[in-house]
Amino acid sequence: MESTVNKKETFLRGIVAENPVFVMLLGMCPTLGVTTSGFNGLGMGVATAFVLLMSNIVVSQVKTQIPSKVRIPAFIIIIASFVTIVEMVLEAYIPFLYEQLGIFIPLIVVNCLILGRAEAFASKNNLLDSIIDALGMGLGFIIALTLLGAVREILGSGSLFGMSFVPENASTFIIFILPPGAFIALAFLSAIFNKIPTK
Amino acid sequence: MDYILILISAVFVNNIVLAQFLGICPFFGVSNKVSTSIGMSGAVLFVMTIATMATYLLHQYVLMPAGLEYLRTITFILVIAALVQMVEIILKKVSPPLYQALGVFLPLITTNCAVLGVAILALGLEDVSLLKAVFYAIANSIGFGLALIIFASIREQMELAEVPKGMKGVPINLIIAGLLSMAFLGFTGLV
Repeated sequence: MESTVNKKETFLRGIVAENPVFVMLLGMCPTLGVTTSGFNGLGMGVATAFVLLMSNIVVSQVKTQIPSKVRIPAFIIIIASFVTIVEMVLEAYIPFLYEQLGIFIPLIVVNCLILGRAEAFASKNNLLDSIIDALGMGLGFIIALTLLGAVREILGSGSLFGMSFVPENASTFIIFILPPGAFIALAFLSAIFNKIPTK
Repeated sequence: MDYILILISAVFVNNIVLAQFLGICPFFGVSNKVSTSIGMSGAVLFVMTIATMATYLLHQYVLMPAGLEYLRTITFILVIAALVQMVEIILKKVSPPLYQALGVFLPLITTNCAVLGVAILALGLEDVSLLKAVFYAIANSIGFGLALIIFASIREQMELAEVPKGMKGVPINLIIAGLLSMAFLGFTGLV
């Protein structure tokens, strides 16, 4: 009975209490860089969550074989392999998204969220718990990026997931799809998010 | 002329932190004091230049002739990680004062996405050569240093200011970064 509660907590933790973006501030580069629209945020979130899930699975399986001195480089190679797979799949099947995300796809390798979870969780826990942890954290990351992308898209271009709801030539807050808007939108979202767990 | 354009573009117009969002982690992580941010900028300048040189040569003379470009991500991150370790060891031996100043920042740099980002972006420059790639890396690290040091100076002043309760900590820093980025937006059209 106790273990199921733990699993549920492990899963939910990533979504609210330890949300990787709003609370832990991990993986900030792609968070700010690609969220000019809800769709881009969703795409980046799913790509990262996939790499996170796969690397957590592999790391939790090979953790006993890797000497602790070289574990970080070993983790990085595992992560980089999956990033390369994602890169090739996106280029072949979703070239539009591949172009939009650009440099940030190879940079999933240095997303501190993934290495952080490999080091802090997967290298110490069993397969099932690592999968649950990756799903929770991955979902938290997807929600955060999609939310930020959607907010910026609504304010900046007056549309959501590409569907426009303002008349043509209407003036929108262009600043929100420009770089400064990323910082400011995230500032307010994380201020709002800080309020949630304390309620 | 080409090189002046690269410099102005990398430092002001397409600032690596404020416009391209690379290297955000150290930007927020080590910017609470001006002195540490200067140390970090120095370490980034050092590592980014050497890393770009190494990855450029690797790409040009090993990966391209062998048709292995798809291994770019894996090989680059490995080279950078190994290089950072090596720089750390050599500095410790050769120049202890420099190691004292930069040492603590070096391990952090492996996961600094600006280094990998610049190494990859440098390959996409127009008729790229080794000299151009290295110059691009230097220009970008100057841009990184400029943004980091300005940001750290503002944060030092902010300690005296009264911030609304909900905005304390992370949110207010993001707002500062946003305003700074807005200021840099003023350079648009310069190049």
